[in-house]
Amino acid sequence: MNRKPVAVAALLLCLWTAQAFSEFRFPMPEFESGYTHPQMNLPPVSKTSPVVDVTLLLAGLALTAWSVLKLRSRRMVFMIALFSVWYFGFYRKGCVCAVGSLQNVLAAFLLPDFAVPLIVSLFFLIPLVFALYFGRVFCAAVCPLGAIQEMCAVYPVQLSYPVQSMLGLFSYAYLGITVLSIYMGAGFLICRYDPFVGFFRQGASFNMFLAGGILLLTGVFIARPYCRFLCPYGVLLRWASRFSKWHCTITPAECIQCRLCESSCPYGAIVVPTPEDRPVDRLTGAKRFGRLLLIAPLIVVVAAGAGFVSHEILARLHPTVWLAEHVTEAEQGRLTEPSLDLDAFRAGKQSSAELYAEANALKERFKYASACFGGFMGLVVCGKLIRLSTIRKSKDYEIDRGECLSCARCFAYCPVESNNAQEKEQ
Amino acid sequence: MKKESNLGRREFLRGTAVAAAAGAAWMAAHPRSEATVWQIDPTKCVQCGRCSTNCTQNPSAVKCVHSFQICGYCDLCGGYLQPGAKTRDSGAENELCPVGALKRTFVEEPFYQYTIDEKLCVGCGKCVKGCGVFGNGSLYLQVKHDLCMGCNECSIARNCPANAFRRIPASTGYLLKTGEHGGKERK
Repeated sequence: MNRKPVAVAALLLCLWTAQAFSEFRFPMPEFESGYTHPQMNLPPVSKTSPVVDVTLLLAGLALTAWSVLKLRSRRMVFMIALFSVWYFGFYRKGCVCAVGSLQNVLAAFLLPDFAVPLIVSLFFLIPLVFALYFGRVFCAAVCPLGAIQEMCAVYPVQLSYPVQSMLGLFSYAYLGITVLSIYMGAGFLICRYDPFVGFFRQGASFNMFLAGGILLLTGVFIARPYCRFLCPYGVLLRWASRFSKWHCTITPAECIQCRLCESSCPYGAIVVPTPEDRPVDRLTGAKRFGRLLLIAPLIVVVAAGAGFVSHEILARLHPTVWLAEHVTEAEQGRLTEPSLDLDAFRAGKQSSAELYAEANALKERFKYASACFGGFMGLVVCGKLIRLSTIRKSKDYEIDRGECLSCARCFAYCPVESNNAQEKEQ
Repeated sequence: MKKESNLGRREFLRGTAVAAAAGAAWMAAHPRSEATVWQIDPTKCVQCGRCSTNCTQNPSAVKCVHSFQICGYCDLCGGYLQPGAKTRDSGAENELCPVGALKRTFVEEPFYQYTIDEKLCVGCGKCVKGCGVFGNGSLYLQVKHDLCMGCNECSIARNCPANAFRRIPASTGYLLKTGEHGGKERK
């Protein structure tokens, strides 16, 4: 039964007949038994209905807005959050999500020939429009990433305003790096480092589970760490929510200044009234503002410089630059372990010189892009400083519309609320 | 009076923001452009094995497929048997596939048909490498679209050392090997 000679003969025959059959080593057999080739199993692209997703998104947002603004019911918000975690999280496995759609919309503008399906575009748009009218109702219950964290926030503690404000800078940095990465063609970072999608899909790398687990555990005490300090889409929602038309209020009627709600908000979104005994001197305030405006350009320039200097590090986000550094390491003999990337590169047609040239060209582009990113961060820092230093006069306990996630926790703390409810019952 | 003008400004800002967001979303969307899917270019694939480990799905959405038209139906199959296998039977010690997903059935003397049990296949590409080294290369890896989640950023594509992954129109779906004479049987 030794067929080796046959195979070798076939091989030789193949080589001899050359050209026409050069792509195949062995001849295709001629069957005498009437055998026919089986069909290849090539299932078509599974069609998920985008209409259902968009409808559920709209319904979820409308229902949340209604339960927060009209019904004023935390229980209802929580139920919607449960549904979102199940549907948008576990059932749809975290895709399509509004947080990630930000990247696709950005890529459509920054990259040539990048097609964005309409559903992704709608997922980007709808929560923003809702935020412009009702506040961050998307964050409250519809976003699966937010909803899963909302459920973990069992013993929330409050952070001081400056600490929270400074931690919030991370989300701006994340947004900036996301834009940078898409502009440079280095990939979609939000999807790559989505911490909770591993739970939704019930499968991810160890590091992803670790990051998600740490965030959820932290979230038990510092509520919603991803939403407040990392989420890049949350930055846009924060901006939109500041201009919201009908944002929820702490109290359904007039504030009686009882201070009971002060400790209710785990997100630091309740602005306490300006104390009477510390009147804001207009002149001092104006001077401080003027000084800030003077040093603002300096901050931006320094930040842009810092970005420029760190372009080498940021450039490593790009796979070509990474590969070039990897090959350099190998050529200098610093690489001890065998590397698939290196083997594949060496087997390919590109020479190291070409790779280095490509990587250097990318690094040049990264210089300017990183400087822009630094400048953006500088602007954000200036904005934060100005916000921290200007004191707005408020008489009542009010909601900071940017920070408020419309979770409806504070309603239960308001005595006016319970009075109203009792009156309604009677 | 002052309050009214303030409201007007807010209303204007809100209107502008809605218009800007809607405009951005509209300009970004290409309703007429066709949806795309991830697929492996078999001519670029180097069978590194990362398809089996880097997919967000477990087991991977990448499976081995078999183009029967270009298969040599060899008894000594480089994709089925371990190099240096003592006998050419289906003994576990002879099989190259680590999960036993490649099945062999006798057709007629001296030809054997090879089929892939997709439920078992993990997309490691060992058989693909074997078939490429000693065979026609009729076994190769493809993304199965009933299993693929269509991630925004394919986590295999990002780690593919050969850049074999790319997005192709959904109606095409697969990058199949047929070859110039692939469909025809040889005289």
